[in-house]
This record gives sequence, C-alpha cells and structure tokens, in this order.
Amino acid sequence: MSVVVFALVQLVPGDPIRLALGTRFDQETYDALLARSGLDQPLVQQYLTWAGRAVTGDLGVSFRSGETVTSLIAERLPATLTLALASILVALLIAVPLGTISALRPRSLVDRVATVLSQIGISVPEFWMAIVLILVFAGTLGWLPSGGYVGLTEDPAGWAQRLLLPAVVTGVVSGSVITRFVRSSVLEALGADHVRTAQAKGLPRRQVFTWHVLRNALLPLVTVTGVQLAYLLSGVVVVEIVFSWPGLGQLALQAVQARDYPVLQGAILLFAVTFLVINLVVDLLYTAIDPRIRR
Amino acid sequence: MTAPLLEVEDLRVRLRTPRGPAAVVNGLSYTVGRGETVAVVGESGSGKSVSVLALLGLLPERVATVTGSARLDGEDLLTMSPERLRQVRGPGVGMVFQDPMTSLNPVLTVGRQLVEGIRAHGEVSKAAARERAAGLLAEVGLPDPQGALDRYPHELSGGMRQRVVIAIALANSPALLIADEATTALDVTVQAQILDLVESLQADHGTGVIWITHDLGVVAGIADRVLVMYGGRCVEDGTVDDVLERPAHPYTRGLLGALPDLAGDGGDLATIPGTPPAPTDLPGGCVFWPRCPVRGDARCETEQPPLQVVGAGLSKGLPHRAATWCTEGSAR
Ligand SMILES: Nc1ncnc2c1ncn2[C@@H]1O[C@H](COP(=O)(O)OP(=O)(O)O)[C@@H](O)[C@H]1O
Ligand code: SF4
Ligand SMILES: [Mg+2]
Repeated sequence: MSVVVFALVQLVPGDPIRLALGTRFDQETYDALLARSGLDQPLVQQYLTWAGRAVTGDLGVSFRSGETVTSLIAERLPATLTLALASILVALLIAVPLGTISALRPRSLVDRVATVLSQIGISVPEFWMAIVLILVFAGTLGWLPSGGYVGLTEDPAGWAQRLLLPAVVTGVVSGSVITRFVRSSVLEALGADHVRTAQAKGLPRRQVFTWHVLRNALLPLVTVTGVQLAYLLSGVVVVEIVFSWPGLGQLALQAVQARDYPVLQGAILLFAVTFLVINLVVDLLYTAIDPRIRR
Repeated sequence: MTAPLLEVEDLRVRLRTPRGPAAVVNGLSYTVGRGETVAVVGESGSGKSVSVLALLGLLPERVATVTGSARLDGEDLLTMSPERLRQVRGPGVGMVFQDPMTSLNPVLTVGRQLVEGIRAHGEVSKAAARERAAGLLAEVGLPDPQGALDRYPHELSGGMRQRVVIAIALANSPALLIADEATTALDVTVQAQILDLVESLQADHGTGVIWITHDLGVVAGIADRVLVMYGGRCVEDGTVDDVLERPAHPYTRGLLGALPDLAGDGGDLATIPGTPPAPTDLPGGCVFWPRCPVRGDARCETEQPPLQVVGAGLSKGLPHRAATWCTEGSAR
C-alpha cells in the first residue's frame, strides 16, 4: 500500500523545489535544496528512505513550511475528526428515521417526499448547499459564524456554532445516501418470514419492529455508515474550503498545489490507514451483530 | 352440544398482485371442535396457507382484503382489536409455518425467540421462561435442549429448526394449533414423535388442530376430519373414513389416485394432469372443470356447484359434503 501511495504522489506533475523558490530562482540554491530534500536520489532509494522512516512515525518534513509532516497532520486531525463525527451523527439522525418511515409506508406521500429529498441531497453540489446556508444563517439571519474553527476546550459555544453548518452540509449528503440504504434494508427485513413468526407469537408491535425488523436491518446500515465515515475522515475538501475549516482535506489540497511531496504522502497514507481501520471496525461490528459470521 | 372451538364462515381473501386482483380464498366455511384435528389437503396454490394466515391477520395488510368471519370461542378473529388479536396469537392460536429455514430470526438465539413468546403473555421471570423453553425443546425431541437455547438458527439442521418453530407455537399451550406442512421437513421417526406430542396435548388441553399436509399417512394417522381445498374453496369435507374411503369429488379421487385412469402410490398425494388455476384467472362454473375427467353435467362449466351432503350423509354424526354436480361413483 505504501508503494501505491508513494507512486501516486510521484505522478503529480511539477517540480516542488522550483515552486518553492518561485521567482527567486537561482541554480545554486536549487541544487542545494534538491540535495537536502533527497529528490536527486533515485526513486527507489527515495521510497525506501521514506517508508523506513514512516514506520517509525517520521513522515518527513514539509518542503514548504519546514514543519514535520506528523505535526502538521496532528494539528489538523482534531478538526477533521470533529467534522466527520458530527456529520455522521447528522446523517444518521436524518437517515434512520426517514428511511424507516419510508419503508413502513412505501409509495406513500412521506416516502415520495423522502425519495425526492434524498435525490436532491445526493445531487446538489456541496459548495452550493454550503454557500446557501452561509448566506441564510450567517448572512441574512446572522445566527451563526460563516466559518472557522475553535477547539472544544477553548470555547465550547463557539465550537458548536462553527461546527453546525459544515456538519449539516456533509451530513445531509451522507444522510441522503444512507436514507436509501435504510429504506431498502428495512423494507427487506419487513418482508422476511421470521417477522411473521414473531407476530404469530403475539409479540407487541414495537417489539416485533425493534427486534425482528430493525435489528436485522442494522447489518447493511453498519456497512454503509462505515463507507461514509471513511469518506468523511479523508477530509471533505470543498466543505472545508468554503467554511475555512482547517482539516486534512485542506492540508492535502495545499500540499498538491505546492508539490509538497512529504505532506501529500503523509496525508494519503493517513487516509489509507483510516480506510483500513474503519474496514476493520466494520468487520468487527458485523461479527458482533451477525452470529452467522462468527466462527 | 357446545359451540365449536373455531367457526369459519364464508372466508374470502383477495390479494392485490402485479398481475391483478387474485381471488385466493373464495367462501371457505368449516369448524374445528375442541380436541378435534382437521386435516387440510390440496395441491400447492390451493390457498391453504393463505386461508390460515388470514385467520391470524398475518397477511400483508396493504395487499390483502379479508372478509367473512372466524370465531374462536365465539370471538371473531377478523374484527377484533389489534391488541386483542395480539393476546390471542400464542395462547389462543399457535401457528407453525411452512418453511423452517426462514421462519426463525437468524440473529437471535433460539432461547431468546422462545422466551420472548412466553413472556409476551404473562408475568414470567426470564429464568422461569428459559426453564420452560428448555422443557418445550425437550418435548419436541431436540437433543441437548439446554444447550440449544444458546444456539443460533443457522447452527441447527432444518429438522431441528422446524422443531424449534413447533416449540414456539406450543409455548403458550394454544387452544388451537395450526400446522402448515409442519412435519414435511422431518424424518419419519421425528414426525411420529411430533404427532404423538400433539395428540397428548389434545388429550391434556383439548387443543383443536388444523393440520395442513400433503401426506395421506399423516392424515389417516392424526385427523378426525379432512377438508379438501381447490381454487380457494372447500371442494369436499367429511370424516377421514368418508373422504379417504368414499371420496365424492373427482378432485379428491384424483388426489387419492382413486380414479381408474390415475395410478396412486402410497403416502403422498397423487399428481393430477394439468395445473391448478391461477387465482387471478379462475374459471367460471366449477373451479375444477378444466381438469375434470368426469364433467358429467351441463352445469359444470357454467355454475359453481354448492357444497352439499353426499353418500350416506352422516358418519359418527359428522356430515360428508362435496361440491360437485356429479357424485356418482363415490360409493365405490
Ligand atoms: N403474498 C402474496 N402475494 C400474492 N399472491 C400470493 C401471496 N401469497 C400467496 N399468493 C398466491 O395465493 C395462492 C395460494 O397460495 P397458498 O395459500 O400459499 O397455497 P398453498 O398453501 O395451498 O400451497 C397462490 O396462487 C399464490 O401464488
Ligand atoms: S362439477 Fe363437473 S367439472 Fe366440477 S368436479 Fe363435478 S363433474 Fe367435475
Ligand atoms: Mg402452503
């Protein structure tokens, strides 16, 4: 995997040193910098050096700022984690009730409205939604700040206020995707034969629904939530930019623009690891909820 | 004479299907007495399952229209409140479903699925309910009942699952037990064991039983009366002796392999040439006429024959009835 990460980054066109020097270009400085960054070494050599350090947690030093990549990432991580978790919360708060109600009354007015809304949620560009929300809630109504980030411990109220709009934007998008999954999996669970057995036992309606429908619809929900969370954790670039949210997405974008290879490699490696970790967690959860997978 | 345990009158079920409305049950009337076993036979698609699911309100509400009445101890199942119906499901009527592979919830343990049924009908501690659950599993012949409580359905064979489903149906000592091809998946020994269990239950509690089956051996062994269904109707009913020995309806005779041109073989119902009619497209006149080898009356293709007393009429005080215009040849 680290090979892929490394190779991908090498594919980014452009010369980082030239970019770093900008207009103050002179050959001597260029050569000096090139030697210091190790970019004059053969690629394989570069990779081995990088990978060797990466396993010890040393991801190198940013070409642009000179800070260590690890510290740059650590700086951005809280903002990204906050936004991702808040978004997934918003998404689930929308998707679970809406998808369930739709499944309970398929083709009803609620279902049709939910279908249209989730279609809109999936297809409307995030930046557009973000700008509209900023115009309304930060501009016209003036209830919320238009962007930025403060730590939870520094200013809890400010933290929540700044978090709300970006979390709603990304949450609505993820929520729209999840709503459809919830609808179809609840619908499928409702039609299962064992639901009839549960009813025939004389269980109260709610118990039938909770333990013989929702409980079974949980399996696909866990999977799709994991996928969405992985996506959110890899930084939602557009939303981060519109809301000046100092997350990993922004960091990665800046690194691309500056051809800041070490930062870019570090960020991508982190995304890949995140993805693997989430997959692992989803698998573990799956084993916990579905006895058929246990061994 | 006391009123029967279950009294079904003019039960009709319409289902909305993609291919249009389906008349799946068309005016079914029958009774089940206390301690009595009524076997229901008929080819696949005759409406046997649907007719019993309708009794307990277990058909999908959005597609099914059920009319008529079905009084259990005088109380109409089809019009009672949802909460009352919930109370009746279990202690009033226990139901065993056709497919053991899908009738249990795959993500809950067997014990849990039994215990929740027991606890839905009375203040029973978890421990006591578990105790009872293990007892029920032992009664249906599951080896290691205590261990089975913590098993998941996929860890059990089809036959064992079916026994769990039967145990669930028996969990609240139902006044009426409905078994829809309950023993089809079981081998003969276990089947005999289940039939014995049901018979002892009937002796102890006066349980009435509706037993849907393809197996004439089971019918002869367990049933007091037989109801033959075709096209959502009862085409013949009577005591086991009357129906099996003196079938009056050409369809019944076909099933028993009793018609001269049909070869019968031992246990299972014989196959009749042709296919049953689709409930979306029932023939006018007698429902059986397109396949009937007799068709000996001018009204066969135009008028539905009513269910009427045939042959000697009564044996053991119970009527023998058939819905056909031609009953000649029934007293073989
Ligand atoms: N949920 C349903 N929706 C549409 N048609 C159904 C449904 N359930 C059963 N049917 C139809 O009703 C008819 C009777 O089915 P069923 O009662 O299962 O027959 P049996 O149990 O006698 O084999 C069949 O033609 C079947 O296709
Ligand atoms: S009424 Fe006619 S068609 Fe129908 S079963 Fe009797 S003889 Fe056959
Ligand atoms: Mg059936």
